[in-house]
Amino acid sequence: MSENTFNLDGSPVPFEPGQTVLQAALAADRYIPHLCYHPEFKPHGSCKVCTVKVGGRTAASCTFPAQAGLIIESNTEEMNALRRTLVQMLFAEGNHFCPSCEKSGNCLLQALGYDLGVTTAGFRHMFPDRPVDASHPDLWIDFNRCILCELCVRASCEVDGKCVFALSGRGITKNLVVNSPSGLLGDTDISPDDKAAHVCPVGAILPKRVGFAVPIGERRFDLSPISAQALADAPRSQTPAQPCSSCEGSE
Amino acid sequence: MQPSDTLDTILPLRPRRPESLLQVLRDIQEIHNHIPAGIDLAVADALDVPLARVRGVIGFYSFLSSEPQGRYRLLFSDNITDRMLGNQDLLQTLCGKLWLEPGKLSEDGLVSVDTTSCTGMCDQGPAMLANGRAITRLSHHRINEIAELVRSQTPVADWPVEFFRVDDQIRQSGPLLDCGPMAGEALEAALDRSPDGVIEQLNLSGLRGRGGAGFPTGRKWAACKEASADTRYVVCNADEGEPGTFKDRVLLTRHADLLFEGMTVCGLTVGAKLGFLYLRGEYRYLLEPLQQLLDKRRQAGLLGVNIRGQAGADFDIVIHLGAGAYVCGEESALIESLEGKRGIPRNRPPFPVTHGYLQKPTVVNNVETFCAAALVTLHGGDWFKGHGTAQSTGSKLLSVSGDCARPGIYEYPFGITVRQVLTDCGAANTLAVQVGGPSGTCIGPHEFDRRLCFEDLATAGAFMIFDDTRDMFEVAHNFTDFFAHESCGFCTPCRVGTSMLKGIMAKVAAGHGTRHELDEVEQLDKVLQQSAHCGLGHTACNPTLDMLKRFRPAFERRLKSLNFQPDFDLDGALARARAMTGRDDAGAHLRTEEA
Repeated sequence: MSENTFNLDGSPVPFEPGQTVLQAALAADRYIPHLCYHPEFKPHGSCKVCTVKVGGRTAASCTFPAQAGLIIESNTEEMNALRRTLVQMLFAEGNHFCPSCEKSGNCLLQALGYDLGVTTAGFRHMFPDRPVDASHPDLWIDFNRCILCELCVRASCEVDGKCVFALSGRGITKNLVVNSPSGLLGDTDISPDDKAAHVCPVGAILPKRVGFAVPIGERRFDLSPISAQALADAPRSQTPAQPCSSCEGSE
Repeated sequence: MQPSDTLDTILPLRPRRPESLLQVLRDIQEIHNHIPAGIDLAVADALDVPLARVRGVIGFYSFLSSEPQGRYRLLFSDNITDRMLGNQDLLQTLCGKLWLEPGKLSEDGLVSVDTTSCTGMCDQGPAMLANGRAITRLSHHRINEIAELVRSQTPVADWPVEFFRVDDQIRQSGPLLDCGPMAGEALEAALDRSPDGVIEQLNLSGLRGRGGAGFPTGRKWAACKEASADTRYVVCNADEGEPGTFKDRVLLTRHADLLFEGMTVCGLTVGAKLGFLYLRGEYRYLLEPLQQLLDKRRQAGLLGVNIRGQAGADFDIVIHLGAGAYVCGEESALIESLEGKRGIPRNRPPFPVTHGYLQKPTVVNNVETFCAAALVTLHGGDWFKGHGTAQSTGSKLLSVSGDCARPGIYEYPFGITVRQVLTDCGAANTLAVQVGGPSGTCIGPHEFDRRLCFEDLATAGAFMIFDDTRDMFEVAHNFTDFFAHESCGFCTPCRVGTSMLKGIMAKVAAGHGTRHELDEVEQLDKVLQQSAHCGLGHTACNPTLDMLKRFRPAFERRLKSLNFQPDFDLDGALARARAMTGRDDAGAHLRTEEA
């Protein structure tokens, strides 16, 4: 095994110094299920779907620094069972009604659920009361579907330079908030062209007046599972965008 | 004070930087008992942070609120020890007298009554916070008096002094608690020994962090000293949030000079000019005495510029108040909080010794650790090693509470047995001891010969005793609720898992538990241990794990049947239909119990 290589499920993966396990794996065309990780942003490791076993201990692969000689188990029944449970938790925590959701078929949460074999609810659903924000002329937020991945928070601060989103509350009351005195999206300077308007992996932030332009059954993850497509995603840049100094992040 | 004038008063006293956000919000909360609408926007402008972030911080900390909480906000400490002393009955009584529901503001906007996590008064509870001030030894008599004072609208500052009496209750002392006033002796020794000499003595002493994890203190200081940077910081973790722990409160009351000496020694050793004392919000009443002591030390040349007349020996200490968030006891979350942010634990590596406060090398140690480090500097590592065991040198303060005759503070050499502590504090018919708080270990009688030390039962100092009249299910239930309340919500397993555990325990407590719930608890415990972001999530399942391992019958006897039972009450759901049709005969009811 060469110097900058670790072992993933029995075969070697090369890495560059500074890469995390997930970054190196994806760059080497090796899939590890993930959700809150996005190649254009610094990983922060909140969803834990990408958890792997490193030398017998578990760690989120998106934030775990790649090191030579690591022995990593990812595609095992134990890790996939954990991921199924985490996906079930995210479904149980919000209100996800796939058949009526515009994002169905393009949704990362749904696609992961199918791919990992989530066939039951698993847990009692919490049915939280989360109102919809339709105040913006071109965009709307359905908080019922928000999985608190912070991608919109990161995109708005790091790419758009607007910090339109932040998180409030804690524990199970943690929630996405909008940066305007009224708390409404319509009173912010977000534009439909912003990165933050497109980065949502689920159907929480959507453009208005777009409905079923592509029929269900012909959408991205209807055609092939997420594990077969994730590697074709956006360029996996090694240099993350600039962190916003006024924002937190799990630096 | 008018809300519009508030900021003119507060802002000049704080640096105009984002790091001041939490302290500014605390100041506003203290004046108005909430953060009035509109002020958040002015704060965002003044400190140059996005408004949404200001609101995010308000939403994170229990003691901050954007909704009015009344002129009197009365929060009952809700640790299991408070419950054992009858706090729930007292809370209901007070709510009855004030005509209000727990958790809701009274209709006239005068008062609200609610619960809060352990306030660190377990040896003299039940306790509460009245507008942030700690009140101890609640009784029905005292509750009556409080109700009268609220109704007569007497300011909390004018309430009887006796209410606010907090006793140290030192039952057994050792080298640390016997230490006299410290006025520069350890500093003098540090200046004589040189930084490398201090670290050498710390390494020799074997001193390990007293916060629970037990990292060698000498190694931590050396790593910070050697990290390449222009600025370094020292942080004292006085966010003593683990339910059942109150020894730092006593050290901050009686031995703050020793603590400040230890922090200053650390600053001079690692090359830091500034230190922070992160004081938990529940100990707000200690702020003024601590600040006076800091002033005294500045005047005596023990703090500030050219300490002890030595050129370049500069170090000062700033006190930062927490605002009700247990997770901030985790060192990286504490640093986030010091920076004025939500207290979310960071990803590690990098560790605080290289990337801490403002990404600069930072030593974070517990109150007791800094005190011990000052003593090591003064008396040397060999002296310190004279106490304790091979892997756990020195002495340890225990916060003893629960079912015993003499609750309070006990100092022992590391390695003492649980049985010895039980004997000394006058505990009888003991069923279980919770060592190290909810995140620690709950042990039963067959384990009372185990020793308190890093080699066996590691503890940050909490020692809660339960006798054979107690239901260990209730203990685990209380702790499970605590973790759900204190989860920061960053990661999926802890945010959702602790809340689900809470729901399951409530279902079992209500008599609807089945074998299915038992399996679910075991599944959630596994998920939390495998994938939670920080120690809070990893340990959040300890109460249920320990209970199932050692006191399984306490759980199983509450299970209704071994088959699945829905949490949903079918017959109850028909109540509205019965009311509408005016029928309430047997035929209008579903058979819910098997005959």
